[in-house]
Amino acid sequence: MALSAVKKSVRLPDLSNVPSVDEVGVDERVARFQSRSIKKSSKVEALKLILSMIDLTTLEGQDTPGKVRQLCQKAIHLHDAMPGLPHVAAVCVYPTMVSVARKALAGHDINIASVATAFPSGMSTLQVKLDDTRMAVKAGATEIDMVISRGRFLAGDYRYVFDEIVAVKEACGDAHLKVILETGELGTLDQVRRASVLAMHAGADFIKTSTGKIQPAATMQVTLTMLQAIRDFYRDTGKMIGMKPAGGISTSKLAIHYLVMLHETLGNAWMTPEWFRFGASSLANDVLMQLMKQSTGVYQSADYFSKD
Amino acid sequence: MASKRIAVAKTYKIYIGGKFPRTESGRYFTLEDKKGKVIANMCRGSRKDFRNAVVAARNAQTGWAKTSAYLRGQILYRIAEMLEGRREQFIAELKLQGATQRAAETEVDLSIDRLIYFAGWTDKYQQIFSAVNPVSSSHFNFSVLEPTGVVSILAPDDTSLLGLIANVAPAIAGGNTCVVLASESKPLSAVSFAEVLHASDVPGGVVNILTGFRAELTEHFASHMDVNAVIYCDGSKAVAKTVQVLAADNIKRVIARNQVDWSGDAENPYLIRDTQEVKTTWHPIGV
Repeated sequence: MALSAVKKSVRLPDLSNVPSVDEVGVDERVARFQSRSIKKSSKVEALKLILSMIDLTTLEGQDTPGKVRQLCQKAIHLHDAMPGLPHVAAVCVYPTMVSVARKALAGHDINIASVATAFPSGMSTLQVKLDDTRMAVKAGATEIDMVISRGRFLAGDYRYVFDEIVAVKEACGDAHLKVILETGELGTLDQVRRASVLAMHAGADFIKTSTGKIQPAATMQVTLTMLQAIRDFYRDTGKMIGMKPAGGISTSKLAIHYLVMLHETLGNAWMTPEWFRFGASSLANDVLMQLMKQSTGVYQSADYFSKD
Repeated sequence: MASKRIAVAKTYKIYIGGKFPRTESGRYFTLEDKKGKVIANMCRGSRKDFRNAVVAARNAQTGWAKTSAYLRGQILYRIAEMLEGRREQFIAELKLQGATQRAAETEVDLSIDRLIYFAGWTDKYQQIFSAVNPVSSSHFNFSVLEPTGVVSILAPDDTSLLGLIANVAPAIAGGNTCVVLASESKPLSAVSFAEVLHASDVPGGVVNILTGFRAELTEHFASHMDVNAVIYCDGSKAVAKTVQVLAADNIKRVIARNQVDWSGDAENPYLIRDTQEVKTTWHPIGV
């Protein structure tokens, strides 16, 4: 698809109007979120909510159909020893693994997310990226996680990045589009804010921090900046955008801090898997171990939980 | 006239994952000498400190078990060297906790020698305790030892240093990592020993040392599902029961060391074997 076919109704906003981010203020605010004490029954509810928000992820060069089936099995049976657990929101795999995941998840209400657009670097032509996206959607992906062209963005070619997202959004069809900003490569929170605004105006259903392949991945500072961008976008346009921090969130404690931040920035409306996700691979087991600790009173061991 | 210098008192902290944090709980207890004079404020470790220590011990375990027997021996020897260098400090601390000069010297010397003793065993216990077993089919059948994993240790109360080392050295000599609760009434040497460990090429997390109240922490030392063996020293019948019942949840090894003469009896390789698992392999002949 040529860029000229981009819908005229979607317009690149004036990014010079994007407010700059007070980094010291963000640090202070984040420190506050981490001082909240969530205990007992509220903790259990938070942990269950976290489970339901997880995009169980495997994005390795070494992924095999067996590994993906194992991941799907984990998504369906988180920990059968504990009845009444929610299931995860989605599994997240490479496009070539989507059909495997679809088969394994048949009959279950779990979404299939696929990364696309030359993940993780995004260094390819638009045509290749669109083909990648269409292939994943055709194979059964209900959510597409695309990466933006960071090189173009950093070079100031916002128009290119914008048009690319619009084109991928169109290629997605009915599938939800999550736009990965790869904040670890953007440098400053100002850039993160600018990229968030750009992505939301271009039609992102979700904005996502990272691929998980670059350090630092998701941080609370970056996530807060993005949440604030979502809040302001909602005020301006009335349109809700979802948020997905991904990479480096591996403990329940940290995940609860993220929930606190979500609640105090965007409020209850966003506190569902429909609007907030965690991209993580090892978080689920830590949450399960915490839930088990809450119910038995005894500290748990990874030895007794299935691998994902 | 030169002004009198203000003494720099040492803060006794706990040792987790190669770092010296204060207890996360912010609690402390006061240690006094015979005359009631305050010697130090000790960290009163909490169950969360213990949990953090187990995480550190678990993370360090695979790497430590993979370390060659020779290197483990060298590192244990290194601990002894470092302890020897700080001999006077340890003697002074033991005296501060009520020991006589002579008893303090003996305890420090025995501790150093005990480390060297177990350093020597790291590449030998495998030969002594492993076996080639006769079986009535055409298989070679071997039984070899593997470290059990993370060991929690409730150190004896009456000896400050020797009792600690006599339990820690055989556990780590065999490739385990451990979390130790130091003597409650004489905890000073344990914290200083952590500083010795820190300077001895012992990877962070291999030995973790907490100070605090035994009555409060025993149940967690026994119940934690990620601990593979629990050693308790000088426990009452009630303690023995608690430990055994709680340890049953994940079938931990429970090792009771009651009224042990740490100066003599405890110098044997069976202390290493206590925290080893036996793995038996059947290997077909002629394949």
